[in-house]
Amino acid sequence: MRIVVCIKQVPDSTAKVVVEQGKISWGDAPLIMNPWDEYALEAALQQKEALGGTVTAVSIGDESTKEVLKRALAMGADDAILINDPALTTMDTQATAQVLAAAIQQIGAVDMAFFGRQAIDGDAGLVPAQTARLLGWPSLTLVSVIKIEGSNVRVERGIEEGRQVVVAKLPAVFSMNKDFGEPRYPSFMGIRKAARAEIPTWSLTEVGISAPASFITWPEIMNPPSREVTCEFISGGSPGEIAESLANKILAEKVL
Amino acid sequence: MNTWVYIDHFKGNVIPASWEAIGVGKTLGHVTALVFGSGVEALAKTAFEYGADEILLAEDVGLADFRAEAYATTLSKLATEQTPDLVLFPTTTRGRELAGMVAIDLKSGVMVDVITLDVTDGKITITRPIYAGKLLTKETCSAKPQIITLRGRAFPKPAQQVGRSGTLTKVSAVPGDFPTKVEGYTTSEGGVSLTDAGVIVSGGRGVSNNPALTPPAGMDDKQTELWRAQQGFALVKELASALGAAVGASRAAVDAGYVSYAHQVGQTGKVVSPDVYIALGISGAIQHLAGMRTSKVIVAINKDPEAPIFKLARYGVVGDLFQIVPALTAAFKKKMGK
Repeated sequence: MRIVVCIKQVPDSTAKVVVEQGKISWGDAPLIMNPWDEYALEAALQQKEALGGTVTAVSIGDESTKEVLKRALAMGADDAILINDPALTTMDTQATAQVLAAAIQQIGAVDMAFFGRQAIDGDAGLVPAQTARLLGWPSLTLVSVIKIEGSNVRVERGIEEGRQVVVAKLPAVFSMNKDFGEPRYPSFMGIRKAARAEIPTWSLTEVGISAPASFITWPEIMNPPSREVTCEFISGGSPGEIAESLANKILAEKVL
Repeated sequence: MNTWVYIDHFKGNVIPASWEAIGVGKTLGHVTALVFGSGVEALAKTAFEYGADEILLAEDVGLADFRAEAYATTLSKLATEQTPDLVLFPTTTRGRELAGMVAIDLKSGVMVDVITLDVTDGKITITRPIYAGKLLTKETCSAKPQIITLRGRAFPKPAQQVGRSGTLTKVSAVPGDFPTKVEGYTTSEGGVSLTDAGVIVSGGRGVSNNPALTPPAGMDDKQTELWRAQQGFALVKELASALGAAVGASRAAVDAGYVSYAHQVGQTGKVVSPDVYIALGISGAIQHLAGMRTSKVIVAINKDPEAPIFKLARYGVVGDLFQIVPALTAAFKKKMGK
């Protein structure tokens, strides 16, 4: 199996993110591997362990993005590619999907491409399906269970109403959900290997496409309106008394 | 503006945000609703009652199960022929996937999970949350059609006008021979879905440490913790059922194995915006607050008066949730006549 995992670098999920002078700031919070992508990498590594093959981690970003690719190597990926090109600054999801689809084709003979369900910064959750569409591959999003059966794959994927069981032909694109299972930690040997690894950088020429146009623009990014609430603390002589006055307060809001 | 609205449904049960999308479309002009599936003509009639002027109905056995590839190809072909200005979807698993694929086919962008929408000189500017609601961004799209998914409950649901009708056109499905087959479904645990819920009752790690309980003998530490959590979540579920509410949970509770991931509210779970959010034994990590901060009325019960959740709460109780929650459930049952 030739397996690709697409990874994004994002500010830590515990970061206090604010807009200062029109720019997004996350203070001194570290940049990390998008938490959903850790599930994608775990799923990829499990397929490799079961079926043999290689796992290649791919990310779009600047030099600093090599850090998350090194983490992918430390967790068990065989190699990594950084796509870094001055033409790739602000990209919408379809532009990102075009670059990733081209990279997957350039890597060649890929059987499975894994993504996290969404990135915790942009929260769009569109790139996996859009990449699948560009490649003409089945789009298996929000996956919690994977079984390879010859050249077919059977997955369980989350929908609002429960789980859908889908059978598709490989090659396919997968976006992974949290209930797939906890991602592993980097191993000691993995960390040593990653520290020595030279990660190749591809420009768009090496990816094999010209700079894709973005259609979405972001005229303004804002802090959300602050919630003007003061908490009214309810107290009373007994749990019953507290419950009684709390229920009255909630019912008086006329939203139930 | 000529707006198309994709009516998202599962086996004929429509996601209510589809009707909200018709309402948004009506404020902009003419609305055409898209109803895809097999044996779904009855949905088309309801779409008229919620305000659709026109309906494009694609029925085919190949569309009986939702397969994004087949639905996207059908939709893209219609949009290429009829060139709508705007295509609206509810933000659901299906809506997101379909909008993304159709955007690729039609060479346009998607503005996803939109909470406000303004039109100036025919150009749409939207607002949507990013970083799980820690920030908001405005967006515009330079290509046509403009493709948008609307967050559920962010826009009003139009009143249903029984008997209202319009023009229904049957169109051909393009299911294709895509190598994807839906084999079946495993149903969810039941109950109210978090994203549609008007009321949510959520439990955190705090629900597992009722000091008054003595666990059965012979359990190890982890079993004891899970047993305690089960007893605690039973209280959460009883209150939820008295209020017709959905059950939510913090990441800590999900990671500890108290309830399934489907219940998780927050940055790596579901972002929700109910009318009432009741947080029980949830201290309020920043990732959790990001996922529920736009709830209208937030109520928190926690033993720690310094818990960050109280900064967002309209009403708070500092105390023992194991005593207060059963009393609250009883009070609501009495007052709401159940």
